[in-house]
Amino acid sequence: MIGAIRSALRTGFALIEQPFDRLFGPTLNPVAQLGALGFFFFWIVAVSGIYLFIFFDTGIERAYQSVEYLTRNQWFHAGVMRSFHRYASDLMVVMVAVHLLREFAYDHYRGVRWYSWFTGLPIIWLLYTSGITGYWLVWDKLAQYVAIVSSELLDWLPIFGEPIARNFISTGTLTSRFFSLMVFMHVAVPLFLLFIMWVHILRISRPKVNPPRTLALLSLAALVAVSIWKPAMSQGPADLAKVPAEVGLDWFFLPLYPLTNIWSNGTVWAFLGAFSLMIAVMPWLPPLRRAKPAEIDLAHCNGCARCAEDCPYEAIRMVGRTDGMPFPTQAQVNPSLCVSCGICVGACPSSTPFRRTQDLRTGIDLPEFSLKELRERVVKVAGGLTGAGRVLVLACEHGAAAGRLEGAVVLPCVAMAPPSLIDFVLSRDLADGVAVAGCAESACYNRLGVMWTEQRFAGTRDPYLRARVPRERIAKIWASALAVKKAEAEIAAFAARLALLPPKRLRSPLPVSPASRPTKAREPAQVRGEP
Amino acid sequence: MTRALRLTGQFAIIAALFAAIAWLSDRPIYRQIPERSAVMMLTFVHSADRRGECRRLSPEEIARLPPNMRRVQDCPRVRRPIYVELDVDGRNVYRANLPPTGIAGDGPSRVYQRFVLPTGRYDVAVRMRDTARAEGFDHERHETIDFASNQLFVIDYRPESGEFIFR
Repeated sequence: MIGAIRSALRTGFALIEQPFDRLFGPTLNPVAQLGALGFFFFWIVAVSGIYLFIFFDTGIERAYQSVEYLTRNQWFHAGVMRSFHRYASDLMVVMVAVHLLREFAYDHYRGVRWYSWFTGLPIIWLLYTSGITGYWLVWDKLAQYVAIVSSELLDWLPIFGEPIARNFISTGTLTSRFFSLMVFMHVAVPLFLLFIMWVHILRISRPKVNPPRTLALLSLAALVAVSIWKPAMSQGPADLAKVPAEVGLDWFFLPLYPLTNIWSNGTVWAFLGAFSLMIAVMPWLPPLRRAKPAEIDLAHCNGCARCAEDCPYEAIRMVGRTDGMPFPTQAQVNPSLCVSCGICVGACPSSTPFRRTQDLRTGIDLPEFSLKELRERVVKVAGGLTGAGRVLVLACEHGAAAGRLEGAVVLPCVAMAPPSLIDFVLSRDLADGVAVAGCAESACYNRLGVMWTEQRFAGTRDPYLRARVPRERIAKIWASALAVKKAEAEIAAFAARLALLPPKRLRSPLPVSPASRPTKAREPAQVRGEP
Repeated sequence: MTRALRLTGQFAIIAALFAAIAWLSDRPIYRQIPERSAVMMLTFVHSADRRGECRRLSPEEIARLPPNMRRVQDCPRVRRPIYVELDVDGRNVYRANLPPTGIAGDGPSRVYQRFVLPTGRYDVAVRMRDTARAEGFDHERHETIDFASNQLFVIDYRPESGEFIFR
């Protein structure tokens, strides 16, 4: 059931992301920047809130008057800031909601990712509390409605001795001190929200907390335009002798408030409790089957820290050397954080399939899918390739080519393949070209796999793809699991291009010594799968 | 030129999304009560009598108490529930036994009830029993009220004066 919902949502997101990818490109695609945009809108709300506080007056009548003054008389700066404050808050709610749905759709909430998912729950509560306390401060008709319904909801809880909703039944019962309390809450709760936002990303390596500058500027410009087109306005002063019968509700912050008219307050709390409980336990419904975490082989680890640098989950850290080898550090895997994506294997300089030791071993490896096994699969699959333009596909298990039956080796993440594996395939003539087929560029399942692969191939990130490897024999295909046709078309076009290329010659930049020159007897053995 | 066009397109998409969100920030309008109706609210916080009578302690009982806690009377903490009734045009719309609040049952009873009524003239009668009596009422008020559209009419109780307030 949950799997079916997830699958349907994933299809929906893939359909939405494709046109966005075309218009914005993978780096600017807002759908892939939801978390970062959430942070961005938080900062806009914070800065505009500080600005508005300069003009705000706490008091039953003065609160409304001061907000009206800044909205109408000072519209060109404070009024715009008010709109920024309102709309950026709404946008933050939208970002949080879509971010939650997207992480659910892409199964980014189970296994070691439970922590970020779980800490997202208090973010939702604090975000709503921040927004709702803000609406009280304006003290217009909407504020009156929000104050009454909120306090009626709170009164249902056995916390307060006297119903706080009684404060809003007549003008004599409300004092200006109440607004001072609300201002305090409206400042304190967002500060706590920021703290939890920091906790939320604590276990993520290189979290995206800032959107790309162009996207940030475009968003800011759009906010200015919308603030001028439809400035945030008050809805008339609160009048406790009258019922705020008609209100323009903020449907992002207050969608449950009308429910109090249909359900009892207890039912609304039960709904909120059930929703929160469901979110909290979802990472274990059912728990993700976890492959065994990566293991360090100290005999092959020189403490270079590339694996720790590349791990998207902060699962590797460098610690003092324990085996007496002349290196200051060694890698250490935290099994509770490792998702066995294999990116560390691809990052390790020891991960070279050319190694001629009896047993191919590397500094860090996956127990259930070792580098040795990867090499064996590559050789085996390549042995079945025939005809002109033989393409070996290294496919991410979450990408479009994962379901390929022939000519493909499926990996947990394409970044598990060390660049030297490409060199190995081409130099040993196992295939005419290698297609690296990962997830969609803006929706990498392991967050950084696509980026690291691109950078390793471009020679900007260790370990590099050697210069001697002909780039025209490599195809990078970034496509989601839905874009199978597109991926297949690209692979077919790549094969056709390869067929037209002259025979490849991979030469070492080093002078050829008689000892390193391959013998005639050796080369066919490599192709047969005996490296 | 292409980049400028692309940026313009990106801006247009983002602005359109933001505009939709801005529109939803106060539209569509929500109406919480029907047109030409008012709200009558019965709400008060009031402590009923204690459930039992105070008993004078004997000198021996007083002597057994710690010196800082000695007192001459032992009064039970638990309060009685308050019984309240509300009639509109002679028809009972609310009746309840309001239990005392607090873990020890020594807090005030409280009520907070909303009634939506079409605008018009109504006979409103409220009655309350907060003592040990089994029948009849200790406090009551009856009045004819004109309910205007969107009016919030509050029935409160003032323990200081011992009377219901209509406002």
